[in-house]
Amino acid sequence: MSDERFDCIIVGGGLAGLTSAYVLAAAGIEVLLIEKGNYSGAKNMTGGRLYSHSLEKVIANFAETAPLERKIVKERFSRGSAEILTLEYDSSGLLAPAGESYTVLRGKFDRWLADQAEEQGAMLVHGVRVDNLLIDDHKVYGVIAGDEEMEADVVILADGVNSLLGQKLGYKTMPLAKQAVLGVKELIGLSEKIIDQRFNITDDSGVAWMLSGCGDVYDGFIYTNKDSISIGITMTLDDIDKTGNSAPQMLEDFKNHPQIAPLVAGGRLLEYSAHLIPESKENYLPQLYGAGVLLAGDAAALCANLGFTLRGMDLAIESGLLAAQTVIMAKHENDFSTQSLALYKKKLENSFIMNCLKSAENCRNLTREVDFNSDPLNAFNNVLKNAGIK
Amino acid sequence: MAGKVNVAEKLGVNKFNTDEHNSHIDVNKDYTDKKEIDRVIRVCPAATYSLDENETLFFEHLGCLECGSCKVLSEGKLVKSWNYPVGAHGIEYRLG
Ligand SMILES: Cc1cc2nc3c(=O)[nH]c(=O)nc-3n(C[C@H](O)[C@H](O)[C@H](O)COP(=O)(O)OP(=O)(O)OC[C@H]3O[C@@H](n4cnc5c(N)ncnc54)[C@H](O)[C@@H]3O)c2cc1C
Ligand code: SF4
Repeated sequence: MSDERFDCIIVGGGLAGLTSAYVLAAAGIEVLLIEKGNYSGAKNMTGGRLYSHSLEKVIANFAETAPLERKIVKERFSRGSAEILTLEYDSSGLLAPAGESYTVLRGKFDRWLADQAEEQGAMLVHGVRVDNLLIDDHKVYGVIAGDEEMEADVVILADGVNSLLGQKLGYKTMPLAKQAVLGVKELIGLSEKIIDQRFNITDDSGVAWMLSGCGDVYDGFIYTNKDSISIGITMTLDDIDKTGNSAPQMLEDFKNHPQIAPLVAGGRLLEYSAHLIPESKENYLPQLYGAGVLLAGDAAALCANLGFTLRGMDLAIESGLLAAQTVIMAKHENDFSTQSLALYKKKLENSFIMNCLKSAENCRNLTREVDFNSDPLNAFNNVLKNAGIK
Repeated sequence: MAGKVNVAEKLGVNKFNTDEHNSHIDVNKDYTDKKEIDRVIRVCPAATYSLDENETLFFEHLGCLECGSCKVLSEGKLVKSWNYPVGAHGIEYRLG
């Protein structure tokens, strides 16, 4: 027995799901979004910087009202573990693959985006976990949460990297150990003034910093927020066998590195978080759609680690937008079959997403080979050329 | 390396809406492969897996950050089943 019926049900109130909800509601589609956290962002963390271009298409000039931390003006890329060698450059120049970017804290940012979607007329339910999908003859026609069933013409799975629902469908969504990267992060509170001084920046401008090979199996990252620093490590899960260290100890070691410790000295721990990152390798992509169902964001492994920068949020937003456009089209035709929803894959292929994913692995590998003993700037430029970024 | 990590202290600043009685992860306590147990203990950012002095595996779902690493590494081995906590429970990032 079905309790309620919607045009579209979205599982997951992260950036992909919220973008879909916003776009669908704005088009007058009856949409329900279900998020298991008590608010959107409650379960989410990122590095992280958001490249603004994809959300800009959905909400023009969002930077004027959204809760953003700092605008990234300075990029740093480092190599080395005992001694860290760093290349620093202006964000507007060499490495501006996607234009302007800002640091964000998801607990605040996702909540803001949820408010925008609600204003468009989307119905959002928080604090509810979707347990299963309603399926008939391979066609998804709704969701099950607790003992409630809710039906819809189409379901968008935006349930993140561990997409349990995608797995229930039998889709190969789950990142394998060699394709899943663990990120562990601390948010460290420091005054705005101290951050400005330590990173040589002013006003609301910020730094994005990737440190490649700074530990035996891990990389590091540092982002400046308004009055806090996001500092963390990332490691491919499989690499746990190549080290005797533990993941939490890796972050501690990174923070204690003589070149890093002074940057966070005297800071207060505000939050400790961990999350997986899907890292597509060998052109691995999970299934993107089926009858009555579309997968967006991390649930579809649409995340690109380019080595010198990481892009998951702008891809999640873009895929959320494209999934919504596909649903609007399907609704117009009143056809939610696999063939009809194949439009989504075409849209993804014609977007920046597929190019970004294609160059990611190559680019990542090349950044690991940048030789600071020769001409690093030239070498780095070559990385980008080879990877098709420049 | 100086500075041994104190995970409990870090988890202490986080907000959790703990489901005291129901664990969202079911661990196979009879699993004996030492190597497998060791890699799961070391990968978990919340240090929820540990061995006591008798080398018996101890698992505590409180403090789990719901990252899924133990699931991806060891589902079907050390991890019998893995789910997210029921709605509104578990970790709640205020900042993220
Ligand atoms: C350490 C780290 C650093 C990163 N750095 C960057 C960066 O600097 N820049 C960048 O662009 N990207 C970065 N990323 C990647 C980026 O954070 C992700 O790609 C992005 O958050 C994906 O968004 P999403 O909406 O697809 O998924 P998520 O944000 O994970 O949202 C999924 C949502 O679904 C909900 N959900 C899941 N299952 C259910 C269910 N059964 N019922 C109800 N709700 C459910 C979850 O609670 C969650 O809110 C980083 C990631 C990590 C881990
Ligand atoms: S999900 Fe992550 S934090 Fe939770 S027990 Fe598994 S590895 Fe540890």
